[in-house]
Amino acid sequence: MNIETADLWFVIIGLGLGSFGLRFVFTGLVGNRPLPPWLLRHLRYTAVAVLPGLVAPLVVWPAATGDSLDAPRMAAALVTLAAGYFLRNVIAAIVLGGVTLYGGLALLG
Amino acid sequence: MSGQATTRGRTVPTQTTKSTYWQGVRDGAPFILVIVPFSLLFGVVATEAGLNMLETMSFSVLVIAGAAQFTALQLLTDGAPTLIALVSALAVNLRMAMYSASLTPWIGEATLGQRAVAAYFTVDQSYACAITAFERNPGWSITQRLAYFFGVVTPICPLWYLFTFIGALVGTSIPQGLALDFALPITFLAMIGPMLRTPAHVLAALISVVTALVFAFLPYNLGLLVAGVVGMMTGAQAELWLEQRKAARQ
Repeated sequence: MNIETADLWFVIIGLGLGSFGLRFVFTGLVGNRPLPPWLLRHLRYTAVAVLPGLVAPLVVWPAATGDSLDAPRMAAALVTLAAGYFLRNVIAAIVLGGVTLYGGLALLG
Repeated sequence: MSGQATTRGRTVPTQTTKSTYWQGVRDGAPFILVIVPFSLLFGVVATEAGLNMLETMSFSVLVIAGAAQFTALQLLTDGAPTLIALVSALAVNLRMAMYSASLTPWIGEATLGQRAVAAYFTVDQSYACAITAFERNPGWSITQRLAYFFGVVTPICPLWYLFTFIGALVGTSIPQGLALDFALPITFLAMIGPMLRTPAHVLAALISVVTALVFAFLPYNLGLLVAGVVGMMTGAQAELWLEQRKAARQ
C-alpha cells in the first residue's frame, strides 16, 4: 500500500520533534528536580510493553501469507526471540532467525 | 593533568578531557556492528515501502531511533491513521524520556546548548555507555563527561546516517521473494530478547502480546495502544510486587 506523502511527512516531522522533546524533557527542562517513582517505574517498561504488542499480530497473521498462520515464519519468530533472550546479542538473533526463515521456506515452501 | 583518582578500589590516573573523549570512542566502537545492519535494513525496508531518498534520510536524521522508525514505517504501510502511527512510534521512544531523566544529574550543569545537542544524540548505546562510565568515574568534571558522551556518539551516529543512505540506494535492487516482509518482525523480536532482563519485563511483554492479539479487532491499530498501556501497568505492578516480596523475605 502506498503511503500518502503528506501523511508521511507529518509522521517524520512529528516523530522527530516528539523524540527530541522526550530526550530533552528532563535534561533540558526538569533539571535536577527528582521525578515521582511511579512515573519512572512505568517508563521502564514502555519498550517491552509496546514492541511485543506490535510484533505479535505480524507473527500470528502475516500479511504475506494472506493473514494465516505460517510455519516457517512462526519458527523463525520463536528462534529469533529465544536467541535474543539467551545470547543477549541482537545481530546473532537476527542471523539465526533469518536462517530459520529461509530454511523453513526452502523445506516447506 | 596529574594525580590519582580511585574508582571501585582500582587506582586510575586522573584523565584529561581528550582522553575521556577517546575512551568514549573506544566504548562506542563495538556498537558499529549493531548500527550498520540496522540502519542498512531501515534504508532497504523504507525504500521497499515506497519512500524516496529524502524521506528515508529525514527519518534517520530527525528521529535517530531505529525501533521508533520501524514502528512508524510498519504502521503507515499497514494503512494505520497517521496520528496512530505517530503516537505508537512515540510510545516506543518513551524510554528516551527515562534516559533523559537518568542523565540529568550527571550533565544537568552543562549549558542549554550542550544539553540540547546531548539530548539529540541520546540513543540506546550512548545512554548505556555514558551512565556506566559516569557512575564508575564520579570524579569526572562536566567537561570530561560531555567529552565522553560525544566520544561514544562519534562512531555511532554518522554511521547510522551513512548506512541508511546505502540501504536506500541498494533497496530497490533487492529481488522480490526474499520474504523481506518478515525482516521487520525478526528485527523487533531480536531487540526484544535482550530487553527481557527481569520477571517484570517478561510479564509486561507477555501481557502486551496477549492484549494486542485480543484487541486486534479494534480499528486504527488501537489494539497496540491498549497493549502498550496495559503492558506498562503490568510491568510497574509486577516490579512493585516483586520488591515487596523481596522486602518481606528479608
